[in-house]
Amino acid sequence: MSSLTTLEAGQAANARNKKRLTAFLFVVPLLVFILITFVAPIASMLWRSVHHPIVAELIPQTLSELQRWDGKSTPDRQTLQTFAVELHKLNAERLSGKLAEEFNRAYTGMSSVVKASARRVGRLSESQLQAEGAETLLKAHKNWEKPQLWFAIQRAGQVYTYDYYLTALDLEIHPEQGIQVREDTQIYVQLYTKTLNMALVITLLCALLGYPLAYYLSGLPENRANLLMVLVLLPFWTSLLVRTTAWIALLQTNGVINSFLLGIGVIGQPYEMLYTSFATVVAMTHILLPFMILPLYSVMRGIDPSYLRAAMSLGAKPLPAFARIYFPMTLPGLSAGALLVFIISVGYYITPALVGGTDGQMISNIIAFHMQRSNNWELAAALGSLLLGLILLLYWVYDRFVGASNIKLG
Amino acid sequence: MADLAGDKAFLQFTNVKKTYDHKSLVVKDFNLDVAKGEFITLLGPSGSGKTTCLMMLAGFEDVTSGEILINGRSVTSIAPYARNIGMVFQQYALFPHMTLRENLAYPLKIRKRPKDEIRAKVDEYLSLVELLDFGNRYPGQLSGGQRQRVALARALIFAPDIVLMDEPLGALDKKLREQMQFEIKRLHEQLGFTVIYVTHDQTEALTMSDRIAVFNNGIVQQCAPPHVLYERPANLFVADFIGESNKLKGVIESVGEDSVQVRLEDGGLVSTLKANCTEVGQPTTVSIRPEKLSFNDRLGGAGNQVMARFVTRHYVGEYIRYHFETADGTELVVKNMNDSSAPQLSAKEEVALAWLPQDSQALDRPVA
Repeated sequence: MSSLTTLEAGQAANARNKKRLTAFLFVVPLLVFILITFVAPIASMLWRSVHHPIVAELIPQTLSELQRWDGKSTPDRQTLQTFAVELHKLNAERLSGKLAEEFNRAYTGMSSVVKASARRVGRLSESQLQAEGAETLLKAHKNWEKPQLWFAIQRAGQVYTYDYYLTALDLEIHPEQGIQVREDTQIYVQLYTKTLNMALVITLLCALLGYPLAYYLSGLPENRANLLMVLVLLPFWTSLLVRTTAWIALLQTNGVINSFLLGIGVIGQPYEMLYTSFATVVAMTHILLPFMILPLYSVMRGIDPSYLRAAMSLGAKPLPAFARIYFPMTLPGLSAGALLVFIISVGYYITPALVGGTDGQMISNIIAFHMQRSNNWELAAALGSLLLGLILLLYWVYDRFVGASNIKLG
Repeated sequence: MADLAGDKAFLQFTNVKKTYDHKSLVVKDFNLDVAKGEFITLLGPSGSGKTTCLMMLAGFEDVTSGEILINGRSVTSIAPYARNIGMVFQQYALFPHMTLRENLAYPLKIRKRPKDEIRAKVDEYLSLVELLDFGNRYPGQLSGGQRQRVALARALIFAPDIVLMDEPLGALDKKLREQMQFEIKRLHEQLGFTVIYVTHDQTEALTMSDRIAVFNNGIVQQCAPPHVLYERPANLFVADFIGESNKLKGVIESVGEDSVQVRLEDGGLVSTLKANCTEVGQPTTVSIRPEKLSFNDRLGGAGNQVMARFVTRHYVGEYIRYHFETADGTELVVKNMNDSSAPQLSAKEEVALAWLPQDSQALDRPVA
């Protein structure tokens, strides 16, 4: 009899389950760590990019009154009156500044209008407020008559919104025409394109510089290759800030390169190299080069020299043999390196921030700007989520055409 | 089949030397003439210079001095891709990103042959190695033996003048190796190409080759057909390297036309064939193959004789190995067929072992 009895099968299943449980317990700490430090922040970012309850919390009654509004003329007196009461209350609770910020984001120039109006409405007594709240508001600023403003307020009052994604894609929603391209400022799409372009240039440069070096290293005896590999890795081990600042010293107007070129008389005037996209590309290529060299080198090391010899014994000249035999065999390393460099550079922040100036800024710098300066976390989250989606999309395209299984890191 | 008496000048190595470090020679004065269609094996321990010779012929290593001639024309300055030499590598070196068909078509594509000719050739060679149904697979999807056959077909498909094989069966298991030896022999006889085959496996060399060049320390010790190499080794190294050898120390007592008399260290006098020890008084080693040494009663008193004590026996299967020791401690091995003649011996039993003079040779004796 070759099959197991029920009892034996049960025991085997028990033993297997026990092993699985043990294995799972070993993984639990890492799992918790990843959940807390990686999955949770990303989830919170995605959540924040669509969830925006502040305005709804500040002026709940006005928003519910606005539901009756036709959207074409100035809202009726009752709505304005409700808003005046709520503004009065916010002014007393010192929350009108927050409302001013939110309105300003939805409708440019509203910051001072809201603050001034809040002061005027705030001066009214309780009875005056009930009697002439709406009129005081309209007297305070003519913007309160504009239906566009109320449309913007209505949209800002939505708890769940995709408006930040529209902003991040340089779109806006219009009361009549619906979604359309924003007319005044178009920065984000342009910035995404620029970021992708720069990442592409950096990846290409890394490949062009890294491939010959990795090829040379892979042909050396082990001990010499290891020594030279240390030189490749040495900048990798120095602080990122040190390396970036070194580029500032090299590239600045009175820096090493300009002084040298002036000294030998090649140029008559110093070039503006620092605070340009050129500076960003150069410094980032330098910083990311090891990410290209390492996978390339490890793949090339694994390629037996007999492949090239075989090609030559079959009659191929060195160059065709390289192109048809050796190069395809290094593709797993090349694509791994390219993917690494590209994805890292798309999201790079510190180097463009330090050497890029305004010209060399990338998308992550504008995300940081919205996090730290303009305090528009929702927009920052939307921009970040789009970047994440973009990278996943690129990875998918890459997987479709190259195959992720072809990646080889070592 | 190779015509051994034919023109030997098809491939020639003349005074070929090779050094890597400009201090010591890896190959010291290599000379070899190969006839068209011959199957030559370079045999030797690792580091003996045999692979270096192959690489110089293929063009992957420079020749330090000397000449390599193919059809009387020096190839030392010709690039490897222009030499028209096929090569089978130990690790196959099949291009992993190409299917079998693409692998086989590669040398023909380089030579810009017409498309339908390439297709026909690829079909022909795939069926030659019995892999016609596997043409669209990648090398990674094949077994070791199948890959080896593809490598062989790829090295042959462009009809090279010479095919080099660098330990081509080294990565296969024993059974497959024997099968492939047969396969290579079959193709060689069928297509008649010239083969230079490198191996360190003596059985492989003996069963396949027309001639074998035995290498040691960068020097060819002997180059001869397998039976000559086995039965008439030129020196002690060859006798030791090819097969097994019993070695009795002695001194040349007298020299005849074809034979010499040797006084063994235990005082006995034996007659043996003349080899590379020909001076009276010269120390020598009498070399006898274990299967030629037998129990005295079998020869009926004819031939040479030596006394030895039985030590142990090893049961191998088709034969039995008996281990003996002479009075001065020299170990002797007798191979006896596993049949009714296999004697039963008791421990330390004193036995007379005998052999015919024509089954032994007086070879050199290295200075201890």
